[in-house]
Amino acid sequence: MTLNLFGCWTLFRKEVWRFLKVSVQTVLAPAVSTLLYLLVFGVVFEEAVVVYEGHSYSSFLVPGLVMMTLAQNAFANSSSSILQSKMNGNIVFMLLAPLSSVELYLAFLGAAVVRGLVTGGAVLIIASLLIPVSLYSAGLVLLFAVLSSGVMGALGVIAGIWSEKYDHLSAFQNFIILPLTFLSGVFYSIQDLSPFWQQLSAWNPVFYLIDGFRFGFLGVSDVAYLQSLTVALLFLLMLTLLSVLLLRSGYKLRG
Amino acid sequence: MSAEPALELVEVEKRYPTTDALKGISFSVESGEFFGLLGPNGAGKSTLINIMGGLVRPSSGHIRVMGHDVVTQYRHSRNHIGIVPQELVYDPFFTVWEMLTIQSGYFGRGRENDAWLEELLVTLNLMDKRNENLQRLSGGMKRRVLIAQALVHRPPVVVLDEPTAGVDVELRRALWSFAHRLHQEGHTIVLTTHYLEEAESMCDRIAILDQGELVALNEQQQLIADYPHQIAVIERHLGEKMPEWLVSARVSSSRNRTQLQLPRDVEGQNRFLQQLEMLGIVRQDVRLREPTLEEVFLGLTGEGA
Repeated sequence: MTLNLFGCWTLFRKEVWRFLKVSVQTVLAPAVSTLLYLLVFGVVFEEAVVVYEGHSYSSFLVPGLVMMTLAQNAFANSSSSILQSKMNGNIVFMLLAPLSSVELYLAFLGAAVVRGLVTGGAVLIIASLLIPVSLYSAGLVLLFAVLSSGVMGALGVIAGIWSEKYDHLSAFQNFIILPLTFLSGVFYSIQDLSPFWQQLSAWNPVFYLIDGFRFGFLGVSDVAYLQSLTVALLFLLMLTLLSVLLLRSGYKLRG
Repeated sequence: MSAEPALELVEVEKRYPTTDALKGISFSVESGEFFGLLGPNGAGKSTLINIMGGLVRPSSGHIRVMGHDVVTQYRHSRNHIGIVPQELVYDPFFTVWEMLTIQSGYFGRGRENDAWLEELLVTLNLMDKRNENLQRLSGGMKRRVLIAQALVHRPPVVVLDEPTAGVDVELRRALWSFAHRLHQEGHTIVLTTHYLEEAESMCDRIAILDQGELVALNEQQQLIADYPHQIAVIERHLGEKMPEWLVSARVSSSRNRTQLQLPRDVEGQNRFLQQLEMLGIVRQDVRLREPTLEEVFLGLTGEGA
């Protein structure tokens, strides 16, 4: 036996099934809270702020909020599933199965991408009912959505493996994921920042995910979308290698 | 029995930063055997089982399941072994049936395996719990589901890690009967248990681990015959003020019976009985018997008096 594709598919299906079983918590709640951001910030800054000429602040904000939701949920899917299984002890069912580290990774990554797309899609659909949302390139939107969910899903795999309790995961979320997403241009363009903060933002990989994603909607961005695409791909590759290495080594999973 | 052992352990070591859990364990379990793995808490039984299933990596040495190395040929080895974990673990998101189909899928089995899963539900008396969420099941039912999960891929080797710990008498009997049935159907069974009578009544051979070392391995009658002591039963209480040598030989003591451990060899036995005579206990008052498996176990693991 060389590959266990059906086993990998089963784990992917189980991970998707898991979050759909609690869809109020995993899809509806994040969608509603993101829409609250849109209502509050959209209403307050709609007239006062113009980020890109010819585009309202709301239409600038929507892609950022969709990406924020998508990223946070993709991360939450893989990280919480792995940590919860570790804490409950039911991770043994997966570890006793003839699944390779790559198969385990792909299943968790795939499910994280699906959750990211479902929650991001929910926010986008509801937002488009409230305000006009322009679409420059559906292909680029989808590409960046998949890449971003992948990046955050891979980060979630690493965080889930590393964490030993919810406190660890919460630290990862609050001190790494949240600052990276909030300081990545969800609510503003980095062109409006001082040079120091602009340079700092250039080191934030999530900035490229949001900027490229927004380009797909508006056709304008802070940096060239190809640059964003390259950074996203490299980041995903790096996180993939790290995740697979961790899974292969059995770090904090196999004694 | 086929030529290839069901399990082959070669110099298995597991070292942790502060302790050596396994110190070079080697033995084989023949195909079709009912094998008992005994030892006190912390002896290394679960570590050994976890290495068999790939949950723990050995520091050195090898384990092969039906000829497949658990590290380098893990896909094959895991397809040949089913492990029932000691802890009552479950995934709270799923029902019994969903969990079984998921577990079956991990092993590459799809709908074609449903008939076998149904059979497992019937055999383990879980049919009416089929659509029940796992967290709503009683401890006994969860234990049954764990057994079913370990068998979804029809493994030839089944490891039961203390399956009857904390279960009621009825379920314990049902689990014994199920283990017997699996054995009769040709499965190789490895059983760890704290209930010595379970091992006594079910196992062909028994290995005893203590502090990470294999201290005995044999058929149970041979284990008893090889034990260097027999038991002297005296139908009276010997009082509280016994000499030191007698205290160290005491196996048990009650109001009207004292049991002592004495050497098996004739010379040692004679010397022991002469010492008893000096205390006023004549040979006619002493009945000799073979030790039970429990007494051998306690003697070998230092858990006894």
